[in-house]
Amino acid sequence: METLERDVPLSKTASERQIRKQVRGSRHDNTARFVFLLPTVLIILFLSIFPLVSSLLLSLTRVNFVRGGLDIKFIGLANYEKLLLGSGQRHFIGSLQAPSLFGGLCWLVVSGLMIFWFMRYVQSTGRSITGAFFHLLATILTIGMFWIVVATLGEKGVPGTFVVTLIFVFVGVFFQYIIGLGLALLLVQDLPGRRFFRVIFLLPMTITPVGIGFLFRMMTNTSVGPFAPIWVGLGLRDFSWAETGSGARTAVLIGDIWQWIPFMFIVLLAALEGVAHEQVEAARVDGANRLQLFQHIIVPQIAPVSMTVILIRLIEAFKIIDMPRLLTGGGPGTATESMALHAYNEWRSPNLGGSAALSYLLLFVVTFVAIMFVNIVRQRIGEHL
Amino acid sequence: MRNLRSFLALAVMLVLMFCLFSLASAQDQPYAGVTVRVLSFTGPQVTEPLLRRGPDFEALTGAHVEVTTVPFSDLYQSILTDQATGTNSYDAFVLAPQWLADFVTPGYFADLSGHVASDEAIQWDDIAPFFRNFIASYAGGVYSIPLDGDLHTIYYRTDVFADEGLEPPKTWEDYLTVAAALNGKDLNGDGEADYGSCIPKRRAGQGYWWVLDVAGGYLQSQGTGQGAFFDTQTMNPLVNNAGFIRALEIYDETTQYGPPDELNLELNDTRSLFLTGRCALTIDWGDIGSLSIDPDSSTVAGKVGTLLMPGSTEVVDRATGALVPCDETTCPYAIDGVNHAPLAAFGGWGGAVSAASAPEVQDAAYAFFSYMSQPAQSNVDVTMGKTGYNPYRLSQTADLAPWVAAGFTEEGAADYLGAIEASLNSPNMILDLSIPQTQRYQQVVLDTVISQFLAGEFTAEEAAQQIYDQWQEVTDEIGRDSQQEAYLASLRISRDD
Repeated sequence: METLERDVPLSKTASERQIRKQVRGSRHDNTARFVFLLPTVLIILFLSIFPLVSSLLLSLTRVNFVRGGLDIKFIGLANYEKLLLGSGQRHFIGSLQAPSLFGGLCWLVVSGLMIFWFMRYVQSTGRSITGAFFHLLATILTIGMFWIVVATLGEKGVPGTFVVTLIFVFVGVFFQYIIGLGLALLLVQDLPGRRFFRVIFLLPMTITPVGIGFLFRMMTNTSVGPFAPIWVGLGLRDFSWAETGSGARTAVLIGDIWQWIPFMFIVLLAALEGVAHEQVEAARVDGANRLQLFQHIIVPQIAPVSMTVILIRLIEAFKIIDMPRLLTGGGPGTATESMALHAYNEWRSPNLGGSAALSYLLLFVVTFVAIMFVNIVRQRIGEHL
Repeated sequence: MRNLRSFLALAVMLVLMFCLFSLASAQDQPYAGVTVRVLSFTGPQVTEPLLRRGPDFEALTGAHVEVTTVPFSDLYQSILTDQATGTNSYDAFVLAPQWLADFVTPGYFADLSGHVASDEAIQWDDIAPFFRNFIASYAGGVYSIPLDGDLHTIYYRTDVFADEGLEPPKTWEDYLTVAAALNGKDLNGDGEADYGSCIPKRRAGQGYWWVLDVAGGYLQSQGTGQGAFFDTQTMNPLVNNAGFIRALEIYDETTQYGPPDELNLELNDTRSLFLTGRCALTIDWGDIGSLSIDPDSSTVAGKVGTLLMPGSTEVVDRATGALVPCDETTCPYAIDGVNHAPLAAFGGWGGAVSAASAPEVQDAAYAFFSYMSQPAQSNVDVTMGKTGYNPYRLSQTADLAPWVAAGFTEEGAADYLGAIEASLNSPNMILDLSIPQTQRYQQVVLDTVISQFLAGEFTAEEAAQQIYDQWQEVTDEIGRDSQQEAYLASLRISRDD
C-alpha cells in the first residue's frame, strides 16, 4: 500500500513531465508549422489577394497617363454606375424591351421556381436568418438576371455583353456536355478503332485557341472559305454568318463547342470507365433495358464527376474572349462581345478603371452562378443518392 | 636573321593594316553593336519594308533592327503601356500621327528636330508640307519621321464603267446608283455574280474612317480650318445633325451592294476582292493603286481608275443642324455644285523614337527612320503595293518614271497620282482628328456605335445621338477647354511651307 502510495505521486510526476514535454513539443510543432507555412501563405496572399484588392481599388478610380507616370483620381462607384445605369448600360446590359410571349412565359416559370425554392427553404427545419437572407438575395438576383435575358432577347431588344456572355456560357456548356457525353458513351463500348478515335476526338483541345479562331473564321467565310462550294451548292451563296447577331453568335458558339467537347469527353470517358461493372451486370440480369441502365445505374455514378466538370467549364466559359475576338471582333455591333472582351476593349481604350469595374462585375456574376449551381446540384444529388 | 626581320616587319604591317581596317570599318559603321527594337503594326504592309531594309541598314551602319508587330487595334495601347510603365521594351515606334498628342505630352518621345536639321540625306523639304506638318510635328517639335502619306480616294473599274456606259460618281447618291447598277453583274468573267461596292466594315478593324469619308462632304464646306468633328465654339460633336444622319443612311445602304459578309470584312479582305475583280467600286488608301499593278495579287491591272472622294450638293447649316443646298456662300469650294471634302484619313505612318532609350540607340533609331524615308528608298517603296506606303514626297508625285517602271501605264500613273494630288490640294480637305485621346473618340466610341448601327442595333438617329453623348462624355472627362484648345490647334496645322 505504501508502495502504491509512493508510486502514485512518482508516476504522477512522470506523467506530468511527459505531458509538459508533449505540450512543449506540440508548441514547437505548431510554431514550426507556422514558420514553414507562413512564406507560402504570404506568397499566395500576395499573388491572389493583392491583385484582387488593387483591381478593386482601380475600379473606383479614373486613371490618366500624364508626364512622369499616372494620374489616379478616386471617383467612387462612378465606373459601376456608368455600366449599370449610365452611358455604358446599353453596351453592358443591352436594350430592354417588352419580351416575347415565349420569353415572358419562361420568365414566369423561372420566377415561380425560384420563389418555390425560397419558400421551401423558409419552411424547412434547417433554416436560419442568414440562410434566408442569402436565399432571398439569390431569388431576386436570378429573377432580375433572367428578366434582363428575356427583355433583351425579345423582338426589339438588343442583348448587351452581359447577356451575350450568359448565352455563350449556358448554351456552349450544355452542348459541350451533351456531345462530350455522347462521344464518351460511344467510345466506352467495345468498338473497333476506339483507341484511334479517342486520340482524334482529343485533337481540338490541343490546338491553340488562336488557331481555332482563325480556322473557324476561314470556314465561316461563305465567299472564299474552304466550304464556299458547299454553301453555294446548298444555295446559300449570299448567306453570311456575320450578317445578323444570332448568326454570328451561332458561329462563335460552334467554334467554342468544338474546342471544348474534348475536355468533357475525356473526363466523362474516365468516369464511365469507372462505373462498377457488378451493378451493370446485376441490372442486366434483373432485365433492365439500356435506357433504364443509363438512367438508374450510369447517371448516378457519373453525376459527381459530371457536376464537377460542368462547374469547371461554367467558370471557364465566362472568360471567353479568344473566339469572338478572332472570329467577329465582337461584332456585328456588340452581338458577340463577351464581358471579358468588353473589359479588354475598355482596357485598350485605355479606360483602366472601367475595365476593372467590368472585371469585378464578371467576378460577381461568375461567383453567383457557381454558388447557385453548387447549392442546387448538392441538394439534387443529395436527394437522389 | 634577315628572314626573321622581314617576317616581323610583315607581321607588324599586317597588324597595322588590320587595325586601320577595323578603325575604318568602325567609322563606316557608326552604330556597330547597337540594337534598335521597333514596334510596328502586324501588316504585312507597313512592316514589310522595315524587315526588308533592316539588314541593308545594318550593313551600312552596324545597327541591328529588331521589329515586333501587334495588330492595329492593339498598337496604341502597346505603346502606351510600354512607355507609361517604364518597361521600355522598344526604342522606336511606327504609329499613327493622331496619337502624337497622347505620347508627346507625357514626354515619351524624343524631339527629333535637331536630328532633322543636321540630316541632309532625309531631304526634309521634299516631303509634302501637309505630311511634314501633320505626321511629323507636334507643339513646335519634330517627333515622327514620315514613312507614308495617307488619304482616302475612290477606286473603280474603268473597263466595267465603260462597258456599262456609266459615269464615275461625283456625289454619294451617284455612288449608290452605280453600285446598285453593277451589283450582281459578273465583273471578272468567271460566270458568277460580283459586287457593286466593297467597304471593310468589321468591328475593331479600321472601318470607322469610311463613314467619315461619306460624312465629310455634308459636314465641312468652308475650308480645312472649319473642321468636321466638333463645333469650334462649343466643342460639341458635329454628329447629331441631318448631314451626319444622311451619311449614316448612305453608308448603311452601301452594304446592300457589297459581299454578304461585308460586316465582317477587314481591309485586306476588301482589297483582295477588288483586286481579283469582284468589286466595281471600293474606297481605300493609295495602296490599291500600286497593288493593282502587281501580277501576283491583281487581275485588274490597267483597269483601275482613281477618283477624288464624292461629295454632296447639300451641306449642314451648323446653326440649325439642317441640310441646305450648296451655293456660293454655303459651298465656296464646290466643284460643279458638289462640295467635296476629301478625308486625310489616318494621315500616314510615321516613325517615333523613345525618349527613354540610350542616346546612341536614339541616334540609331532616328538614322533608321531617316534611311527608310530618304528618296533613294522611299521613292521605290511607294510604288510597291506590298509596302503599304503611299506617296508623301513631292518628288514621288512629280516624276512618273518610277511608277511606269513599276508597271503602271503612263495614263494610269497620271490618273492615280492626279487623284491623290487633287485631294491633297483641295482647300476643303478634312484633317483627321488629332487631339488627346483621339483613339478613344474614334477607335472605341465611333467604331463601336457604327458597328452597332450597321448590325441594326440602332437607327441612324439613335446612332448619331449615341456618338454625340459618348464623345461629350469623353470631352468632359478629359477637360472641355483643353480639348477645344487642342482641336483648334490641330485645325491650324499649316498645309503649306
